[in-house]
Amino acid sequence: MREKIISILNELRPEFDFSMSNNFIADGMLDSFDVINLVNELDTTFGISIDGMDVLPENFSSVENIIALLKKNGIE
Amino acid sequence: MDLKFHNKKISGIVTVLPSKEVKFEDEMENYNFSSAKSMKLKLAMGYNKHRIAENDVCVSDLCSYGLKYLFEQGKVNKDEIDALILVTQSPDYFMPPTSNVIQGLLDMKKDMICMDINQGCAGYIIGLVQAFMLLDQPSIKKVALLNADVLSKKVSKRDRNSNPLIGDGASITIIENSSENLTIHGNLFMDGTRANALMIPAGGFRLPSSAETAIMEEDINGNFRSLDNLVMKGDEVFNFVQTEVPPMIDSLLHTASVSKEDVDYYMFHQPNRFMLQKLADKIGVDRNKMPCNIVENFGNASGVSIPTNITYNLGSEMLNNEYQLCLAGFGVGLTWASLILKTGNLNFCEIINY
Repeated sequence: MREKIISILNELRPEFDFSMSNNFIADGMLDSFDVINLVNELDTTFGISIDGMDVLPENFSSVENIIALLKKNGIE
Repeated sequence: MDLKFHNKKISGIVTVLPSKEVKFEDEMENYNFSSAKSMKLKLAMGYNKHRIAENDVCVSDLCSYGLKYLFEQGKVNKDEIDALILVTQSPDYFMPPTSNVIQGLLDMKKDMICMDINQGCAGYIIGLVQAFMLLDQPSIKKVALLNADVLSKKVSKRDRNSNPLIGDGASITIIENSSENLTIHGNLFMDGTRANALMIPAGGFRLPSSAETAIMEEDINGNFRSLDNLVMKGDEVFNFVQTEVPPMIDSLLHTASVSKEDVDYYMFHQPNRFMLQKLADKIGVDRNKMPCNIVENFGNASGVSIPTNITYNLGSEMLNNEYQLCLAGFGVGLTWASLILKTGNLNFCEIINY
C-alpha cells in the first residue's frame, strides 16, 4: 500500500521528493486541487470511495495519514 | 425549517444559454499551473466548456429573450402572468429592480408583482418557495420564476478556483396552482456566519469599487484575483456541502415519507463533478440518479444549474411523463435548501440559445 501511495504522489507532483517532508500540506507540496486529484487516484486504485467529509488536508499530509485513511476504508 | 405546500405545480421550464462557448483548454494558459496538472483537474472536476455571455449582455436580456420566445411561440399567455420573481446575484442595476425592467421591456400588465431576490446556488429552491407562497393569494394564478446570472463578468480569468466552472445563463419556470391533490415537501437552512465563503468583496456600498479594489493579487494557490472579483473558499464550500446536505436530504425524505429508491432523480445544483459524486456516495444513492454533467457542458450558472439539469437531462421526457424529483441547492449565503415533488407532463421543457 505504501509503495502505491508514494507512486501516486510522485506522479501527481514529480517535482517534489515526498520522503523529505513530514507535512506535505504545510510544506506546499500538495494544494487543495492536488488533494482532489489524489482522492480520485486513491478511489480508483483501491476501489473505494473516500467519504467527502474525510477530504480534509490533514488526512493527506503524510503517507502515514493516507494509510490511516485507507485503513478506515477497509484497505489493509 | 421544514416547509409544506399543497396543490402547486411546475407547468414549464425553458433554459436560455448564451451561444458563446469557451473551452477549458483555451483558458489553461491563464492559470499559474502546469498543463498536466490542469488536465488532471479537468477530469476530476468535469471542466470542459462553459457558456459565457458577451460583455454587453445582462440578466434582463437573457430573461426577456426567453419570455418573448414563450409568448411568441404561444407557450405562455403574457397576460396570465401575475408575478415575476427574479433570482439573481448580477442585476442590471442596484436600482430599480431588474424584474421591473424586464416587465417594462416586455410591456407586461401593471396588475402584477415584480420582485428581485439576491440568492445564488440555492436560488432555484428559494424562488420556487416564494412562488408557492405567492400562489396562495387568490389574485395570483400564474408565476414566472426567472433565475439568471452573468457572474462570469465578476470572475478573474486567472482564477483556476472559479473561472473554469463559472457559466452564464437564465431559466424561466412557470408555476401555477394544480387541481390535483399534491403535497410538496421542502426544507431550508441559512448560516450568515459563513457569508464570506463565497462573495464579491467590493462593488457594493460597504466597499465601493475603486482603483485599489481592482488591483490583482496572487493567493496562496497561485490564483490571481482582485477585490472586485468573486472569491470562493473552495475547501470551506466543499466541507459545508458534504457536512450539511446529506442530513438535509435524509430529513426531507423522512418528512415526506419517501424512500431514497422511490426518488427517480436527484436534480442537484452542480458546482463540479467531484463534489456531486462524493455527495451521491455520502447520501447513498446511485450516481446515475444524480446527473453531474452540467458544469462540463455549460458551466455553473448558480441558480440556473438545477433547471438546466432538468431541461438538459430530462428535456422532452418531462412532456409526457411524471417523475419524483428531489431538488437541492447549496451555496452562497451560506444557504442550503431542498424540495421533493412529483412533476411532469409539462407544457414545455427545453433549452434555447441566446
